[in-house]
This record gives sequence, structure tokens and C-alpha cells, in this order.
Amino acid sequence: MKIYVCIKQIPDPNTVVSKLDPNTKRLVRSGVSLVLDPGDESTISAAIKLRDTVGNSEVVAVSMGPTSAQEAMRRALAMGVDRAILVTDPALAGSDVLGTARVLAAILKNEAPDLVFCSTESTDGYTGMVPGGIAEFLNLPQLTFAREINVEGAKAMIKRVTITGYQTVESPMPAVVTIASGSFEAIYPTMKGIMGAKKKPFTQLTLADLGIDPSQVGDAGARERIVAIGQAEARAAGQVIKDDGNSAQAIADFLQRYQLL
Amino acid sequence: MSKTIWVLIEIEDGKAARSSLEVLGKAAQLGRAEAIVLGSAAAQVAPTLGEYGAEKVYVHEDATYDNYLTLPAVDTISELLKQHQPALLMLATTYDLRDIAARLNVRNNMGLVTDATDLTFDGDTVQVTVPWGGENVVTATLPQQGTGIVLTRPKAFGVEQFAGRTAEIETLNPSLNAESQQIKILDRVELPSEGPALEDASVIVSGGRGLGKAENFHLVEELAAALGGAAGATRAIVDAGWLPYSYQVGQTGKTVKPTLYVACGISGAIQHLAGMKGSKYIVAINKDEHAPIFSVADLGVVGDALTILPQLTQEVKRRKAH
Repeated sequence: MKIYVCIKQIPDPNTVVSKLDPNTKRLVRSGVSLVLDPGDESTISAAIKLRDTVGNSEVVAVSMGPTSAQEAMRRALAMGVDRAILVTDPALAGSDVLGTARVLAAILKNEAPDLVFCSTESTDGYTGMVPGGIAEFLNLPQLTFAREINVEGAKAMIKRVTITGYQTVESPMPAVVTIASGSFEAIYPTMKGIMGAKKKPFTQLTLADLGIDPSQVGDAGARERIVAIGQAEARAAGQVIKDDGNSAQAIADFLQRYQLL
Repeated sequence: MSKTIWVLIEIEDGKAARSSLEVLGKAAQLGRAEAIVLGSAAAQVAPTLGEYGAEKVYVHEDATYDNYLTLPAVDTISELLKQHQPALLMLATTYDLRDIAARLNVRNNMGLVTDATDLTFDGDTVQVTVPWGGENVVTATLPQQGTGIVLTRPKAFGVEQFAGRTAEIETLNPSLNAESQQIKILDRVELPSEGPALEDASVIVSGGRGLGKAENFHLVEELAAALGGAAGATRAIVDAGWLPYSYQVGQTGKTVKPTLYVACGISGAIQHLAGMKGSKYIVAINKDEHAPIFSVADLGVVGDALTILPQLTQEVKRRKAH
């Protein structure tokens, strides 16, 4: 079985306060620490787990991004992914959901996947709209918000998270599957994995390789545009105290003052 | 001329979901609101939508939409888009509606903005307000040609009443494509949860990385129980596997607006702030005095949540007993 995982390199959500460039209206990616999206680590781990359960299968990481995204691909390889494909092209900058889904779908179209895994949403943009877009471009069913996945014959079956519990949902393969964050424990790369990653196949493509017209992606192809960046209405700053051993009292007093106890 | 705005209504327990009614009310304030309702209960839901703002309702009563996710609805709405060109399609941000929106966007080359908290028309252009990070709001526009999609943030709008309004009902009769009946729901399981649900709780106590390890999360649950509230979590600790997804507060986890929010060991990543800063009162406990969470807290305590939490739980219990 061929399992593909769509991944993304993002500013480290644990250390970077993400900023938008007021001129380009794009996410500031230079001068900040970039990492493989932590949600994608969980998704990659789900794919590897399924590969090892099914046997005779491979996991391929695919991404689009600037040259720096090679680092994220190497981390995926170090975690146990078998090979990686990265599309890098200056014309991709400023791509919206439609453009991103178009490019990832174009890679996948040439690869004949059985399953395409994506995180439910990225940890920087949060739209959650790319996986369904890929599924539509490829004309495949989508199994979403999976916290568990099993394969039986030509069908994939998931437990799909809902507000109050879950649904069991099945579809024929090939299919796109989105993984709910936190459902699969992330594999930590070993030293052996990191060394081995250097020898694994790593393909880099351009838009021309995929036969995509640059006007369909990036800024040129974006349907929606950010026209202004403003300040959010600030909450009035409150009181900040240092814990001196009596903080519990201070908090309880606060709760009582506003009749919250 | 008044703009036509479509709202796809989600059905919950045979009724229109509250989240969909919030969106319908907003649409009716912006222009001519038309609802689309699909599923086995569609015909019974349709006549109720006028008083929530719908001027017209497109109805297709068919259980196929209940049993097969996403694709039948995408087919029917795409067909309808060939006959009409509303300015916008608005949807609440829910699991099922997100899936539908993602495919409609690509199939009909529409353009889409997610997580909107407000929108207005400026001539023919729709301007959508989207909170971005803790400090910014961005204004995004959609193409003037064709229909754009806007997904709105939960609880961004209240439910509006339009007393006496009755919607014109148009019954649709599309032939549903067998090839689109692929994503099949085999069963639905409700998981019992203790205490109030996060969305409904008037008090929420949440934990983050500052708790150190999963085993310490009980301190958060104990304070939540003492205050009669619900326990929540940041995406970071949900991603780390400490807790299931249902605990996550933040953008598409859950947007919450309790009376009291107590943030314990939470630095305040942007999506977490976005998910909770509508709370009436915010108390934050964190070791790092520069943590962004303090910028939204009414009372901030620079200290170790692991030390303060048990003391606070005791103190709350003591004062409640008096």
C-alpha cells in the first residue's frame, strides 16, 4: 500500500509569536525558528503505524514550500517516512487554499496513492480547507477528523471525532484521511533514523515539472486577498501579581468580589 | 440591490443547529438570506427558518444526506449554484460543514475565508474580518465575480428573531448520484462526559504545558470540579497526547465564552487566546511573567500552577462551605 502524508513547515508555534508582514500581508518566515508542524508529526506517526500494521507498504511525505522546508522533510524521513517529495517554486509564494490544494493534488496524481493523510488543520493557518480541496481535485472520498484508522480489503474505516463522541465511517480506497490532533503519539527520531534519513530518496520538483501554470497558484492565483491588517480590540490589561505564597487567597478574593464563588 | 446570501443549515436532533441559526441571522442582517436544508428532517426544519431570518428555503428531504457524508451535499449545492449566483455562501464552523465547504471551494472555484467574526459589503466587495493572532485582525476580500464562501467562528453572532417572517419554500428534486454515496456512516457513538460540556460551562479551568506532565492534569480537573465547571486544555498538550481532542480550547477546537476562565500553565499561543478571550473574567497562573496570557488576564499570578492549584482548590472548597 502507498500512503502519502501532506506536511508543512511553519514558524515554531511553541516559541514564535507569528507575525504578518504589513507590506506583503504574508506570514513572516524569515528570522524565525521554523519546524515541522507538530500536528504533522502526529499525522506522520499515524501513517507509519498503519504502514507497519499492513506490511509491504511505504509512506511518502509531500510538501510545498520554500527551500527551507527541506529541513521539515528531513525530519519526516528521520521519523521513519520512506521518501519525500517537495515542490519549491518562487511563483508559489502567497498561495491560498485553492492554490495549495492544486499543487499537492498534482504531485499525488502522478503517484497513485492508496491513502493520503493530512492533519485536520495546520498550526499556523488553521483553515483546515486544504485536505478536502485535495480530495476534490483528485475526485476521492475524504475521511475526516480521524482518531483511529483501519484498513479492510479495499476499504478504509475510521473513528471520526464529533462534538459528543465519534462516528464510525468507511469509504472505498483510494481516499484522503485527516487526522485529529493528539490522536497518535508522535514518533521521536532516533540517531539511527536521523543518519538513515540522509540516504533516503528526496525528490525536489518545480511547477514546470508538475505542468502547473504559475498564474493558477501563488499571489496570482489567489481568490481571496488580505486587504488590511488592523489592531484587535484589546482587553483592558488587568492586575498581575507575583506569587508570594498567598496567591490562592488573592485569587479566591478576586472570585468572591465578582461573585464567581 | 440587496445581496442574496445562502446559508447551509445543519440539522441536529431533527432541528436546525443553533450554530447555523446564528449564521442565518447574520446573513439576514446583511441582505436577503436564503437557507439550504438537506436531510431526512429537512422538510420539518424548513418552515421554522423564516423566523430566524430566511426569506427563502431550498429543501431536499432525503436520508442519503444523513447516511453519507459530504459528497451528496456538495453535488446538490453545486447544481444549485449553476442556477443561481448568490453573493455568498455562509456556513458555521462545524465538522460536517467544514468538509462540505472545502470541496465546494475547489469544485466551483469559489474563494473562501475561514474563521470570520464579522463581514460587511462595501459596494460589490465583501469584506471579512478575521482575528489573526492575539493582536491583529485582518480584513480579507473575496472575488466580486461568482459566489464566495465564508465560514464563521462559533458564537461570533447571536441568534436573531425575525418575528412574523415566513420563508418561501422551494422543494429541490435532484437525482442523487450513486457514486457520491461513498463516505458512509456506520454508527454514531455518544461518549458520556463528566460535568458540563466545555461549550456550555460557565466556568472553565484549563491547563497547558506549564503543568509539566499529563499526570498533573488532575489538579486542573479538581479545581474545575470545586468551581462547578469544566476542564479544558491547550492544543499543545492535546497534541502531546495528554488528553483527547474534545478538551481542546482554541480556534477549531472550541471557542468558549464562560463567565470565568482560569488558565493554568498556559503561555497563551495565539489560537488559544483566540478561543478564550471572549470570557468575561480571566485568571491566569504562569511562571513566565512575559507570557502573552497575562495580556488578556484580569488577574494574573506569576507563579507555579503546580503549587498554587491545590491551595486554590482547598481555598475555594473552604469558602464555598461557609
